[in-house]
Amino acid sequence: MIRDAWLVLVKDLRLERRAKVGLAQVLPFAVLVLMLFAFALDPDRGVLERATPGLFWVAVLFSAVLTLQRSFGVEADDGVLEALRLSGMSPAGIYLGKVGALTLQLLVLECVLALGVAVFYGTVFRGIGLLVVIAVLATVGIAASGAVYGALAARLRSRDTLLPLLMLPLLAPVLISATRGFEIGLERQATEGWSWAALLGVFALAYLSLGTILFRPLLEDA
Amino acid sequence: MIGRFPALAGVDLDVEPGEIVLLRGPNGAGKTTLLRVCAGLVMVSSGEAVVLGHDLVARRAAVRRRVGLLGHETFLYDDLTVTENLDFWSRAAGATMADGRAALDRLGVATRLHDLPVQALSAGQRRRVSFAAMVCRRPELWLLDEPHAGLDAPGRDVIDELMRDAAAAGATVLFASHELDRAHEVATRTVTISGGVVDEGAP
Repeated sequence: MIRDAWLVLVKDLRLERRAKVGLAQVLPFAVLVLMLFAFALDPDRGVLERATPGLFWVAVLFSAVLTLQRSFGVEADDGVLEALRLSGMSPAGIYLGKVGALTLQLLVLECVLALGVAVFYGTVFRGIGLLVVIAVLATVGIAASGAVYGALAARLRSRDTLLPLLMLPLLAPVLISATRGFEIGLERQATEGWSWAALLGVFALAYLSLGTILFRPLLEDA
Repeated sequence: MIGRFPALAGVDLDVEPGEIVLLRGPNGAGKTTLLRVCAGLVMVSSGEAVVLGHDLVARRAAVRRRVGLLGHETFLYDDLTVTENLDFWSRAAGATMADGRAALDRLGVATRLHDLPVQALSAGQRRRVSFAAMVCRRPELWLLDEPHAGLDAPGRDVIDELMRDAAAAGATVLFASHELDRAHEVATRTVTISGGVVDEGAP
């Protein structure tokens, strides 16, 4: 399973390196979302500062949907999903590999977005330790749940519109927890923030377990 | 079943190791469905299917690992290079990149093409790479849907050679084709499918 996960992770990162969809399309989209929020809320700078954590995670969620669509779109092209079913690879390994690649891509995107909020919103990052832990746990949660729904929607013609409808309501707990955790982290009240980090950890673990079990039937039905 | 209609009915077919069996029949006869059933990609709704000694319902995963399928689609990642595709699919099947390179050489995919993305190749070259990705898995059952489609004459000759070599090595080859003159030359037995029914006595 670990070998299969590593194979899929390396393959997905190679696909991104070749096609540069994340770099050339998703990343500019995410930065654009941040800029539009800045234009819309700039007259009241206080609102922009207070809303920074929420705006950051909304931009991450929108970008995650695009990244997921790409990640499972390439598997649906040219019969690749069937080839994966025939390959003999462990479905759980395929799932974990896709979650790993999605997590890495989203973490890179979040680093750029963090730079974006520092520039556009004037945010100063203080409780770095808590912020990093929350970012990693929230990202694993987004990738773990997104990969389940990405596989579910992969073969459907309406997958591009269906995926956000399935995913975004489900990710409300991640959005709330990550936003609250970031608010606390930015205000240096780190001790209160760990409970939100724990909640994100539980969400990520629950979906990682669920996805590892469910990916076989999901792959069969895809 | 495709929707409410049976795609195959009354199929009774035994194929031995070392045989090269041609499936022929009109469009929509059920040839592709039969190949996909043998690959474990389509489940039978009734009856029994035993492939490579395993029941397809109970031991589907064990069958899939030992089967190679060449379908109408390429089963390749368009954005990856030829080498990257072969590297991934050969390792996924527990083979090595050396197996992948040997298959590419055998299929006549020029070395200068190895570092190009698959989407930059012609349809014929993509077909060869797709075939190489299947061959490097060393399957015991070859399931080929129109294996000569899109290939030039030398490419078709190589495919025929590969089928004969596989059969000589003890593998079973089941292929569907509309290019009957060429297909009859390589096949050791012909089976006709019409309306989802196998008719081995058909002319």
